[in-house]
Amino acid sequence: MNFSSRQQRIVIIGNGMVGHHFVEQLVNSEYNCHITVLSGESRLAYDRVYLSSYFSGKTAEDLALTDEKTYQDWGVKAVTNAWVSNIDRENQVVTTKAGGTYEYDTLILATGSYPFVPPIPGNDQEHCLVYRTIEDLEAISASASQSKVGVVVGGGLLGLEAANALKQAGLDTHVVEFAPQLMAVQLDPMGGELLKDKIEALGVQVHTQKATECIEAGESCRYRMKFADGTHLETDLVLFSAGIRPSDQLAKEFGLVTGERGGIVIDNQCRTSDHNIYAIGECALWDKKIYGLVAPGYAMARTAVANIIGTEGEFTGFDMSTKLKLMGVEVGSIGDAHARTPGALSYTYHNQPEGVYKKLVVDANKALVLGAVLIGDTSDYDTLLQYALNSIALPESPEALILPSAGEKPLLGADALGDTATICSCHNVSKGDIVGAIDSGCCSVGDVKSCTKAATGCGGCAALLKNIVDSELEKRGVEVSKAICEHFDYSRQELYHLIQVGQIHTFEELLEKHGKGLGCDICKPAAGSIFASVWNDYILAKQHQPLQDTNDTYLGNMQKDGTYSIVPRVAGGEITPDKLILLGDVAKRYNLYTKITGGQRIDLFGARVEQLPAIWEELVAGGFETGHAYAKALRTVKSCVGSTWCRYGVQDSVTMAIDLENRYKGLRAPHKIKFAVSGCTRECAEAQGKDIGVIATEKGWNLYVCGNGGMKPRHADLFATDLDDATLVKYIDRVLMFYAKTADRLQRTSVWMENLEGGLEYLKSVVIEDSLGICAELEAQMQHITDTYQCEWKTTIESPEALKRFRQFVNSNETDSNIQFVAERDQIRPATKAEKFSAGKAIPVELV
Amino acid sequence: MQAQTSLSVQWHDVCSVDDLVTNSGVCALIAGIQVAIFSVQLDGETNVYAISNWDPIGEANVLYRGIVGTLTDKIVVASPLYKEHYDLDTGKCLEREDASVSTYPVRVDKDRVFVEL
Repeated sequence: MNFSSRQQRIVIIGNGMVGHHFVEQLVNSEYNCHITVLSGESRLAYDRVYLSSYFSGKTAEDLALTDEKTYQDWGVKAVTNAWVSNIDRENQVVTTKAGGTYEYDTLILATGSYPFVPPIPGNDQEHCLVYRTIEDLEAISASASQSKVGVVVGGGLLGLEAANALKQAGLDTHVVEFAPQLMAVQLDPMGGELLKDKIEALGVQVHTQKATECIEAGESCRYRMKFADGTHLETDLVLFSAGIRPSDQLAKEFGLVTGERGGIVIDNQCRTSDHNIYAIGECALWDKKIYGLVAPGYAMARTAVANIIGTEGEFTGFDMSTKLKLMGVEVGSIGDAHARTPGALSYTYHNQPEGVYKKLVVDANKALVLGAVLIGDTSDYDTLLQYALNSIALPESPEALILPSAGEKPLLGADALGDTATICSCHNVSKGDIVGAIDSGCCSVGDVKSCTKAATGCGGCAALLKNIVDSELEKRGVEVSKAICEHFDYSRQELYHLIQVGQIHTFEELLEKHGKGLGCDICKPAAGSIFASVWNDYILAKQHQPLQDTNDTYLGNMQKDGTYSIVPRVAGGEITPDKLILLGDVAKRYNLYTKITGGQRIDLFGARVEQLPAIWEELVAGGFETGHAYAKALRTVKSCVGSTWCRYGVQDSVTMAIDLENRYKGLRAPHKIKFAVSGCTRECAEAQGKDIGVIATEKGWNLYVCGNGGMKPRHADLFATDLDDATLVKYIDRVLMFYAKTADRLQRTSVWMENLEGGLEYLKSVVIEDSLGICAELEAQMQHITDTYQCEWKTTIESPEALKRFRQFVNSNETDSNIQFVAERDQIRPATKAEKFSAGKAIPVELV
Repeated sequence: MQAQTSLSVQWHDVCSVDDLVTNSGVCALIAGIQVAIFSVQLDGETNVYAISNWDPIGEANVLYRGIVGTLTDKIVVASPLYKEHYDLDTGKCLEREDASVSTYPVRVDKDRVFVEL
């Protein structure tokens, strides 16, 4: 036999989520084969899990998981509307109703399931529908438009999803359930009861223990549902969601072994009774069980692929624990939720006012988690699931795992997990995979995420992933502490919060309440910056002065020889001839080196510390203000000349730049902040390379955020378009204050945003949609900063106490003899070491 | 630039205690030598330290303008130029073994600050 002479022919019947996953896995394996997909539906695979989003605006295209082009690119032959009429197992040929014949070496049945419609008289009327396909959704949508009331028959997971769909379609929605409670499979009675209360509070009526006898013509509505207990309910639409049945007709017809109650029997390799035929997903029966969720179906698909390509794999059951949001209500169920295991013990926590219920089921020895039910708060789900799945030994008091505010929760240590423990079930990533990724060079959660895909599905394992990454990095000696320095066990963001909420105004108080030691050159300037962002006191006030870096202390930029440079504010880069003359005049008299900066200002270099006050006295008298070039604060708002002069400008960029600079000047932040405003799309101000970039449009302004130049340039992201002046300012207020509040020390806006979970979209939701409800506070905080602005140099030269700091020596009027200049291109520059020693060669410049 | 030329050490009356800045530094010119003087308040106790003002790594007279703090159990000043830390008790640079600065005995008598060099 020579198999290599031709490709393996693999035919898949069914292109639902599982069938598609199989194709995807097989293609990714790069196995040499020819793949044919036969789909009974008119469209290729789409996402059935999010079907209800169809009613909140998603289209069939949005739900699609693939398209013909993708399959073509993969070399997969896909045939839609292909109903299989015959499977010739002996000759290994499939025939469709349309007459197509497809030879196979391996056949995959991924035919899925169909909705179970209870045999109730009247169940076949026009507005009695099911909830499974996009066609069903179209029918529901059409019916809903002529209906006011809708009833879902079935109070399980799918039924509640369907109820959500009806509610979103605008119907007065009811759920009718035969069992005494909702989600009877996953929840205990108490959990079911609380879920019912919550769902009813959301406006969906729940009727449990109702056996429908018939559906007949109604009085106030189209239909009347009569129940066995004599009651009735009127409705215009009935939606059946009472469970699924495996689509096993083909298997039955062509002699494969099926279960008593349906389902194609498969072994651990997902093979049917025919060696050449596999069955996967909801049509398959494994160990007498049908799995009605997508995750086990995916696992079967992976198993089948593994066996076909010869890498071996087994399906040995699947954990049906689930965590989801039903109409916004958090619901979680793990393992033996009903405590049916002999000897099982339960702990329960019920907080009626807040609508939270938690049950923890443990074994008789209180050593292992067997199951759990969580309603209203699923924050403990991931931890409990890990305990359950990996048989991790429970701590002394297991109840602590579900109790709130019982002190620190015993956090599940990453080390408690074995290498085989599954961390991300969406992408099947084990702890071993994560450790491997770190071994091969990943050194942050972000790296591990992009390398392993862990936590990129539902994201539920994100906290655990971080825990593992931190722990592994720590083992390798990588410092991952969030503490800002040895004096505070807090991040900058936490310190900000402590200062603001605790109304702390001095470093001494902060240290006393939350820190230790004396502080250092890390935490002191950070705290000084936070005090400025929150309270905006004079930065050289006695209590703040020792906190500042030398640049802030002397309100200038220290240069290599200990002299300072001076940068007065030139808002928007607009300057009068008189002011230019004053700058020139001052520079000349104090013999300062002058240079134009990148931010459209003029920098005066070479001022000795004791000269600063006199220089600034002249500058302030001439109308200049401090430029904060020395501070982690707003620096400049660069602008092009705009519509006032330019032939192409569409808005007055200079006025906008000046207004913005005057609004935000003095705002201290985790790092420097630069703006630019361009008057048209030609972008001469290079606004897209700035923290805040504003570009004029015909209709207003486009706002860009979080760009920067420097060591690692980053293009700013378009944040909002065609804004009017007021909205532009409002958004900038919010972005900047949110940054000041939440960024790490010395973190530019670009890195800050990239580290925000959810990135740009999250920032938009916070700033534009006010998703955190903090915008009013952010604006008020910014208004406070603007209202309390003072020119620090003006305040300083008016304060004899502050001026005492501007002395080189406390006991002498001498100058620092080490500061020496030589001439170069008609200006001064610091003398080199050699020049200082051989003063004869260089031309010393006389000190003023 | 400095040259230590004095042959015999003596106590110099430098300045008033009011000239010092709590948890920060000032600079004095004593017999041609620039001396950085720090007043450090820790656990309710005030200590005064005197070290050379010359930053041997940045090569400028700037140490008095650094931020004062603690690193583990040491009281230090961070150079404002490149942020190396100098132990105020010993003058040793914590980051570089080959760098250190001179330290000088200092005492406060009534309202005056005296430095010995």
